[in-house]
Amino acid sequence: MAAVTYGPRALPLLLLASRPLPPLVRQWLGFLPPALMAALVVQAVLMPGGQPQLTLANPAVVPALVSIVVAWRTRSLGLTVVAGMAAAAAWHRLGGG
Amino acid sequence: MRETVAAAHRQAVPHRFWHGVRLAWPVVMGYVPIGLALGVLAGQTGLSPLETGAMSALVYAGASQFVAVAMIGAGAPALSIVVTTFLVNLRHMLMSAALSPFLRGLRPGALAGIAYLITDETFAVGHGEFAARGQGDGVIFAGLGLTSYLSWLSATVAGAWLGGALATPEAWGLDFALPAMFIGLLAGQLRDRLALSVALVAGLAVLAGGPYLGSWSVMAAAVGAAAAGVGVQRWTGQRTGTSS
Repeated sequence: MAAVTYGPRALPLLLLASRPLPPLVRQWLGFLPPALMAALVVQAVLMPGGQPQLTLANPAVVPALVSIVVAWRTRSLGLTVVAGMAAAAAWHRLGGG
Repeated sequence: MRETVAAAHRQAVPHRFWHGVRLAWPVVMGYVPIGLALGVLAGQTGLSPLETGAMSALVYAGASQFVAVAMIGAGAPALSIVVTTFLVNLRHMLMSAALSPFLRGLRPGALAGIAYLITDETFAVGHGEFAARGQGDGVIFAGLGLTSYLSWLSATVAGAWLGGALATPEAWGLDFALPAMFIGLLAGQLRDRLALSVALVAGLAVLAGGPYLGSWSVMAAAVGAAAAGVGVQRWTGQRTGTSS
């Protein structure tokens, strides 16, 4: 497991950091962060068990909306995590999760 | 510009390392609850605190560890656990590649060490910092990465120790720490309208392709959406405001 998680992290860095990259590739690499993070959010929130679930029966929807508002208003990663967890705990206790 | 770059490099190594440590605090805020949740789950699956700690220290990949613990609990064969772990973490290839232009000229040994510290979270924070400065810094990344690594390791071991005391992680919101972290990291990446569009395309692509692509969907969506972003940028001739 260690080898298969380390390999993908190490190889591109070791191979690419020593050479200049064409502008097209650099532009593409620059768009990867928002693309990856959005893909991870959708997978973690909207696809429990690998299938889309877009209703309130999905216990992550309401905490996610709370997190988005907090992230947007505060721009603080720490506050977003705390608020999201608090919302998830409250929603769970209200019977929503 | 050249003077500020030179000035930044003249700063002492401990100073830069410490700057990285300070950048890590939001990551630590996320890793502690996520690590606790993982540790509790691992403990309930029958892994000892030592085994849980060894997995965190060696594998160090949150999402993969959650998947692995679930599969161990379900009695899955070792090979299928390893293959799944590989697929779940393949996206780090893209993160490693995206960091590479910022870390040009570092020794292979230093790069190998930095690579070990790349996670979704240290990548997002580190890349954001480098993009804002217009240059990378391996020492800053080391401070950020090592702090995050140690917090993850301690939190997962603590979770495995606590085990039964937190029998229902959902009641404490622990199961939502990771999604909340991703949402906060995404917000930090939406610098302009083009980045927002790329994010929307990637999100929709996962929603549409996820049921068919499974573990590949995050990677495929990111590769495609980033390429679409490059296409639009070339088409409109807009070159300012993006983080390349």
